[in-house]
Amino acid sequence: MTMSPAFDEMWADGSTIRRPYQNIKEWLDSEDRPSLKAKRRDANDLFRLTGITFNVYGSSEGEERLIPFDIIPRVITSNEWNKICKGLEQRVKAINAFLYDIYHSQEIVKAGIIPLEMLKNNPAFLFQMIGVNPPGQIYTHISGVDIIRTEENEFYVLEDNIRTPSGVSYMLENRETMLQMFPELFTNNRVQPIQNYPQELLNSLKNTLPETAENKPTVCLLTPGLYNSAYFEHAFLADQMGIELVQGNDLKVVDGFLAMRTTQGHQKVDVLYKRLDDDFLDPLNFNEKSSLGVPGLFDVYRKGRVTIANAPGTGIADDKAIYSFMPEIVQFYSGEFPLLQNVPTWRCAIKHQLQYVLDNINELVIKQVHGSGGYGMLIGPTATKKDISNFKKKLIATPENYIAQPTLSLSTVPIFTNKGFAPRHVDLRPFVQMSPKKINIVPGGLTRVAMSKGSLVVNSSQGGGTKDTWVLEN
Amino acid sequence: MLGNTANGLFWTYRFLERAENMSRLIETGQRIALTRLSSSDEQWLYVMQTSAVSEEYKKQYSIVEKEAAVDWMLRHPENKSSILSSITSARQNAKMVRHALTTDVWEAINGSFLDIQKLLKNKTREGDLPLILRTIKQSAAVVRGATYGTMLRNEEYDFCRLGTFIERADNTARILDVKYYVLLPSAKAVGTSIDNVQWETILRSVSAYGGFRLEYGHEAGPSDIAKFLILDKRMPRSLIYCCDIIKLHLLSLCSAYRNKPPSLLQIIHLQNRFLTHDIDAVFKFGLHDFLQKMISLFGNLSNQIEIDYRFYE
Repeated sequence: MTMSPAFDEMWADGSTIRRPYQNIKEWLDSEDRPSLKAKRRDANDLFRLTGITFNVYGSSEGEERLIPFDIIPRVITSNEWNKICKGLEQRVKAINAFLYDIYHSQEIVKAGIIPLEMLKNNPAFLFQMIGVNPPGQIYTHISGVDIIRTEENEFYVLEDNIRTPSGVSYMLENRETMLQMFPELFTNNRVQPIQNYPQELLNSLKNTLPETAENKPTVCLLTPGLYNSAYFEHAFLADQMGIELVQGNDLKVVDGFLAMRTTQGHQKVDVLYKRLDDDFLDPLNFNEKSSLGVPGLFDVYRKGRVTIANAPGTGIADDKAIYSFMPEIVQFYSGEFPLLQNVPTWRCAIKHQLQYVLDNINELVIKQVHGSGGYGMLIGPTATKKDISNFKKKLIATPENYIAQPTLSLSTVPIFTNKGFAPRHVDLRPFVQMSPKKINIVPGGLTRVAMSKGSLVVNSSQGGGTKDTWVLEN
Repeated sequence: MLGNTANGLFWTYRFLERAENMSRLIETGQRIALTRLSSSDEQWLYVMQTSAVSEEYKKQYSIVEKEAAVDWMLRHPENKSSILSSITSARQNAKMVRHALTTDVWEAINGSFLDIQKLLKNKTREGDLPLILRTIKQSAAVVRGATYGTMLRNEEYDFCRLGTFIERADNTARILDVKYYVLLPSAKAVGTSIDNVQWETILRSVSAYGGFRLEYGHEAGPSDIAKFLILDKRMPRSLIYCCDIIKLHLLSLCSAYRNKPPSLLQIIHLQNRFLTHDIDAVFKFGLHDFLQKMISLFGNLSNQIEIDYRFYE
């Protein structure tokens, strides 16, 4: 199968430069290659010095790697951005309403839109959350929604990251690095600022307090620790927000409240920004083998005495099987047509859809329903015959574990390689903050880029890189 | 502030101080080896004893020779107090408490770690030693400068300084104790000036060679060295100076927390009992016994701080 050439965000049809990239082109024309190479080296040194590294699972403990950073910014116009924002707001509100519903009266099941088995048999559906009222009725304090572009005006949601969305530190540090490396770019372009993300997040969390919170609420960030792949981000955000970075052993339930061990004794915690999987949160209520969590934390939560962001049990909303229902979910709760499209998705659990997938496997991307990080997926057009026949066996054995999507041609943006400029596929993860008072979206997001030619895999765990993402002022 | 954060800051600065002290010892050893015709590889054993790493060394090597000794102190992974181990531990702790450090301090520590790790990746050639030691010393100076210039004078700072000065006090006491007998008044007959390899080693290991000569002159004897390193308040590595700073920061914590924990009472007791007399009283008490007592009191104090400020559950 031959794929149609991807939409290039700089060159569109290949000959004329698109308006938003005009200045970028002029800048690139004015720079010589050796100095750009030197700048790229400087940028890497800067990342190492700041400690913006991630730990790779499965590699030796403590090994730190840099995420490849490309110096050419990705540019979005304010019109494009406003459209994306409206779609995001609609989608995230619907997801929050969906979560409240499925953990309460399950109207969406009664309406026959989502089959009960989809919830019941899903490990991401937390029975413990049934009937629990999170403070402010907020489940999705932070969402990272992966958006891809295929044409000038075609944007699709590829994935919703709701359980523990990550990557925002790269968005912020990419900008800081660009400001240091190429200050003149920001003099000559009107780029909307993103630096207030941490402060906005803190405000947003403080707008979602439990009723027991007093005057000066305490917010802290719960990390699994130094060896977690996103540890840098945890430390970075805690620092930027001016809150404590805690691990399970810093926390304890004292007199029915969550408290952290300070140098002066235990102090009540009102909001826990958790960067730990639900399963590890509380050995008394979830995985009893977890040593990372806090015994009894969930009991405090159930009593409404602490806010946990995001709420436990939100993982069900970014489950890939639920994803295929997202257009219906948005419509059911908002009463409107979805502004952002889903990528068409086949559910292998349904017999005739499985047959279609098996027949057309060469053209499809097959994903594990409960997987994340780009692990355990098959990209039909680039897979070997052996991979395909192996995958077919898996599909037939456990079809309910898989969904399939067409191989969409992700848009490309140039990167700077050793051989010059070359187009590479990108996606975009904007971050949405939600509180009972408002929804806030910083203008930008994390642009992930597949660094090798033709690759569609942008995940950092699979060698993907990142770019600074500009949303221009009008 | 979290107990765990206090813990991380305290140990970050202890390990940084330890790395710096170790580099000073290696420098001293190297200098003496190069400038003394009579010196032999055996003197490296003394250098290692001074830093309390000789016992472990003997388990790994059957003879004392320069190259192995330097490698042991610089970068051997089995030596938990080697420069590389110390700076790695310092950085690990700093990473844990990054949010409590200023960006300048974090980048100074992380940058030092990256530089030193690179320099110590392979076995060191003798010709590279000066550059390596200079880099370590400069790194320490940059971290200290960033700390001094950018950290708020709050609890966080108190715990950083407590870590530095407890490590330093312990280090000075150990350096003195290893060769305490060359400092006894009765040893005076050995030499007429400070031109004595033993004394020089002691003074250089605490960066006090020039300062001592300046303040006490060439006529000074060994007991003056003891006085300088124990009771001279102008000397920033003397026991009395370190204890003053420790008390200062414990008092600052007390006023922030409005309490008087046992650690404060311990340092006050230590000062009153052991640092208010003159050097003759110390000799009368017994220099070795005195230093042993100090080392054990510093250990107790460190433990008490961990308890008072809830470093652990």
